[in-house]
Amino acid sequence: MQLRNWIRNCGFLWAVGATVALGAAGAASAADFPETDKPIRLTLNDWTGQNVSTRIMGGVLEEMGYEVDYVQADYMAQFTGLKSGDLTVAMEIWETTAKDLMEEAVAGGKVLDMGETGMRAVEDWWYPKYMEERCPGLPDWEALKDCADVFATPTTQPKGRYLGGAVTWDGHAEERIEALDLPFEVVHSGTEAALMAEIQSAYQRKAPILAWLWTPHWAPQQFEGEWVRFPKYGDGCYDDPSWGINPDATYDCGNPRGWIKKVAWAGGEDVWPAAYTAIRNFHIENDEMGRMIGAIDVDGRPLQTVVDKWMAENEDTWRSWIPAK
Amino acid sequence: MNEAVAERTGAGGGLSRTAVTVAAVVLALFVADRLAGWLPWVGVYPGSWELPVSDWVSGVMEWLLQDAAIGGIGFRSVVRSLATLLSVPLEAGTLVLAKGFELPFGGGMTLPALSWLGVAAALVLFGARVGGRRLATLLFFTVAYLAFFGQWQSAMTTIASILVAVPVGLVLGLLLGLAAYRHPAFERVLRPVLDLMQTVPIFAYLVPVLVLFGFGPVAAVVATVIYAMPPMARVTIVALRGVSEEILEFARMSGCTRRQLTWRVLVPAARQGLMVGVNQVIMLSLNMVIIASMIGAGGLGYDVLRALRRLQIGDGLEAGVAITLIAIATERLGRALTDGTRSRARLPRRHFGLLLAAVVALPTIAGVFWSPLAGVPDALTVSTAEYWGRLVAWVNTELYGPLNGAKSVLLVYVLIPFKRALVALPWTGVVAALAVLSHRLGGWRLAAGVTALALFIAVTGNWEKAMITVYLCGISVAIAALIGIPLGIWSAASDRVHRVTTTVVDTLQTLPSFVYLIPVVMLFQVGDFSAMVAIVLYALAPAVRYTDHGIRGVPAETIEAARMCGCTRGQIRWRVQLPLALPEIMLGLNQTIMMALSMLVITALVGTRDLGQEVYIALTRADIGAGLVAGLCVAFIAMIADRLIGAWVARRRAALGLA
Repeated sequence: MQLRNWIRNCGFLWAVGATVALGAAGAASAADFPETDKPIRLTLNDWTGQNVSTRIMGGVLEEMGYEVDYVQADYMAQFTGLKSGDLTVAMEIWETTAKDLMEEAVAGGKVLDMGETGMRAVEDWWYPKYMEERCPGLPDWEALKDCADVFATPTTQPKGRYLGGAVTWDGHAEERIEALDLPFEVVHSGTEAALMAEIQSAYQRKAPILAWLWTPHWAPQQFEGEWVRFPKYGDGCYDDPSWGINPDATYDCGNPRGWIKKVAWAGGEDVWPAAYTAIRNFHIENDEMGRMIGAIDVDGRPLQTVVDKWMAENEDTWRSWIPAK
Repeated sequence: MNEAVAERTGAGGGLSRTAVTVAAVVLALFVADRLAGWLPWVGVYPGSWELPVSDWVSGVMEWLLQDAAIGGIGFRSVVRSLATLLSVPLEAGTLVLAKGFELPFGGGMTLPALSWLGVAAALVLFGARVGGRRLATLLFFTVAYLAFFGQWQSAMTTIASILVAVPVGLVLGLLLGLAAYRHPAFERVLRPVLDLMQTVPIFAYLVPVLVLFGFGPVAAVVATVIYAMPPMARVTIVALRGVSEEILEFARMSGCTRRQLTWRVLVPAARQGLMVGVNQVIMLSLNMVIIASMIGAGGLGYDVLRALRRLQIGDGLEAGVAITLIAIATERLGRALTDGTRSRARLPRRHFGLLLAAVVALPTIAGVFWSPLAGVPDALTVSTAEYWGRLVAWVNTELYGPLNGAKSVLLVYVLIPFKRALVALPWTGVVAALAVLSHRLGGWRLAAGVTALALFIAVTGNWEKAMITVYLCGISVAIAALIGIPLGIWSAASDRVHRVTTTVVDTLQTLPSFVYLIPVVMLFQVGDFSAMVAIVLYALAPAVRYTDHGIRGVPAETIEAARMCGCTRGQIRWRVQLPLALPEIMLGLNQTIMMALSMLVITALVGTRDLGQEVYIALTRADIGAGLVAGLCVAFIAMIADRLIGAWVARRRAALGLA
C-alpha cells in the first residue's frame, strides 16, 4: 500500500512536471488555434450561475473557432467524466461543496485545477429580515443565544432549529454550535432544492427560519434577509483551539469566504492548449454574476439572451482572455 | 437456543402455531435485551468487529475498472467499444427526432429534424390504425400537450433514449429468460442477480457505470437497462413455462428444429404473457428519466430537475406530466399492438407505412422553407406554471397551520418513539428473531439465508442506518396499506371507482417523484415526515392494484355459493372475498415494500439519515465500495422482506387449497 502511494505520488510529480513543460511549450506554440475540430465538452450543472459561466466560456471558445458541446451533468458525478476525458471542463467547483472531490481528482493527476473564477462564495447562516423584530440583537450571533425558542419546532424543542446544507457540504455547523455554545440543533437538508423549498415556504408565511445559504445565488437576491455575524474567520480558527473566544474549541468563528474554481481534464492540455489558456484566464466578479442571475431567475429573462448581452457589452474583457495569435 | 425452546413448546397447527411463533420472536428479543445489560456487544455491534468490506469492494472494482484484461485487451476498452456501438442508434435517434444534423460536406448544409407536426400526425394515425378511436384520442392529447406546453424538443430527446433503452432491455431480458427456461442451473444463479438489479439503488452503481461507459447518454441508457430489464427476464420465464406441453409436443412431432421451436412456436405462444414484461420495461425506463438526466441524458428529466432547483414548481410539474403522458400513451400503444381484437379505424391497409412516411416527410421538407413547421412556434405555446406556483403559495399560507399540527402529533407520538424503539433493539435479538420467524415460515434453508443477509448488514457496520431504514419504510408501508387496501376493496366493488383509481395510480407511479417531493417539503419541512409522505404516495400503487386484482379474481362460483348459503354482503366481503384474496393482497404488500425501499434514494435528497443517505453520500464522494455495500444492505432488507412474505403466502395458499 505504502509503495503504491509512493508510486502514485511520483506519478503526480511527473504529471506536474509534464504540465509545466507543456505549459511552456503551449505558450510558445499558441500561435495557431483552433488546433483541432475535436469538440470541447463543457458540463452544465443544474444551477443558473454555473450555466451562465459555462455559456460565457463556451461562447468565447466558439469565437476562438473551437467546436463546443454542452453536456448536462450532475455536479458530483461529473468528476468521473472529467477524469476519463469524457468531459473536458467544469466551470464552477465550489470550495465548500466539492473541495474534497476536487482535491482527490487533482491529486490523481487526471484532472487539472484551472484556477479561480474570481467569484467568492459567501456561505453562512442566513435569516429573513422580518426575524429581526422577533429576535432583537440580530444580526449579531450572540442574539441567537436568547432566541432559541423563537426558532424551535416540536422535534427540536427546547433547542432552536437550524437548517443546514447537505451532510456532505461540510459547513461545520455542529462544531460551530458546540464551540459557540448555541442552543441549536442542526437539521440537514439533503439537496439545494429541499433547502430552497423550505426557505421559500417560511418566507411566504413570514415564519421563523435560520438556514445555510450562499451567494452568488438567486435566493439572497429574491428574499430580503441578512447573514448572521459570527466572529470573523481567521487563520487557525479551524485547527487551533486556543484561537478565538472559546479557548478550548476549534470552529469558534464564522465561515471563511470560499473560492470557486474551474477544473479540466488533464489530457486536454495537449489537445487544445490555447483553449486551456483562455479557460485559465476566465474571470468574473460576484456583482456581475449576481446581476445576471437576478435577470434570469428573478426577472425571468432567457439565459442565452442575458449571456449574449453580457458578451456584447464586455467584449474587451473576454477578448483579453484569448491568447494572442 | 431460543428456537429450541420454541420448538419444544410448539404444538399443533393453526392459531397456536402462530402464537408460538410470535412468542418465540418476542422471547428472542427479550432475552437479547436482558443480556445486553451485561454484555454490551449483544446490544450494539462493536465497531472493532466491523469488516472493511467496502474497502475490499473498492479494491476489486478499482482493479476491474482500471487494470482487468482478458487476453491483453482491457476490460474497460471492451466495454467502451460496446458503448460506442450503443451510441450509434442513440445519436441517430436524437439527431433525427430532436436536433437535426449537419451534413459532413461542409458549407453548413443541414438535414432538419423531423417536423413536429409530421411526427404528431403520424403518431395519431398510427394510434388510430392499431387501437381505434380511443387510442387515437389519447395520442392526440399527448402530442398536443407536448407541442403546446413547449415540451416538444425535450420530449423527443427523452423518447430517443427510451427508443434505445427499451428494445435493448427487451432483447436482453428475453434472452436471459430463455436461457433460464432451458437451464434450471442458470436460473438459480440468475434469480438473485435479478433481485439485486431491482433493489440495489441506482446511485450505488452509478460511478462504476460512468467509469466503464463514459459520461453521457450511453451511461444513462445502460443504467436504465439495468433497472428496467429484470421484470422482462422474470416474465419470460413464467410465460414460457405457461406454454402448454401439447403445443410443444405438436411442434416436435412436425419436425421443428430447436431454433424453429424456440422462435416460431415457444415465443409466439407466450406472446400474451411477454407483453406484461414489455409494459413493465417501458414503465420502469420512464421512471429512470430523472436519474438518467443527471448523467447527461438531458431531455424532460433535466427540465424537471432544473425547474425544481429554482422552485419553479409549475414548470417542473408540466415537464413531469409530459413524462407521465408519454408513459401512459406508450403503454396503451404497446397493449393495443398485441391485442388484436380491438376495433380499428377504417384506414387503408395497404401502403399504410408509406402513408405514415409521407405524413412525416412532407411537413419536414416544407419546414425547411417555413420554420413554424420545423419547430413549434413560441406563439403557440402556453403555460400554466404561474397558476401552480400561486396554488402552492396559497396552500402554504392558508393550510400550513392545520397540516403542521397534524404532522407534529404524528411525529411526536408515533414516528419518533417508533424510531427510538427500533434503533434501541439489540442486534443479536433482531437476527435471532428473524431466524426464528424464517424457520417457522420456510424451514432451515430460508432461516440460513435470512440470517446470513442480516449478519452482512451488521458486519459491514450499517446496522443502525438499516434500522432507521426499516423504521421509515415500515411506517410508510403501514400507512400505504391502511390507505391502499381499503381503496382497492372499494374499487373492486365498483367499475366507476376502478377507472378513477387506475388513472390515479398510473399517474402516481409515472410522475417523477421529485415533482411532488419539493411541494411536500414546502408544507412539511425537511425531515422524516416529508420523506414518509413521498414514500407513501409512491408506494400506494401496488397496495391498491393487487387488492383490487385479488378480490376481482375470487371465482364467481365461490361467491354465488356463499350467497346461496345466505351470507349477507358484509359476510361475503369479510368471510369469503378477503380471506381468499389475502395471498394476492400480501403480494401487493410485498411490492409496496419494494417500492418504498426504492424511494429511499430519492428521499435522501430531502435529508433522511438512513441507508439511502449513505448511498447518496458515497456517490458524492465517488466512494464506489461504500456505495455498493450500503446499496447491498438496502437490497438485503428488501430480500428478507420478500422471502418472508413469499414463504407466508405459499403456506397460506396451500392452506386455502389455491396452489
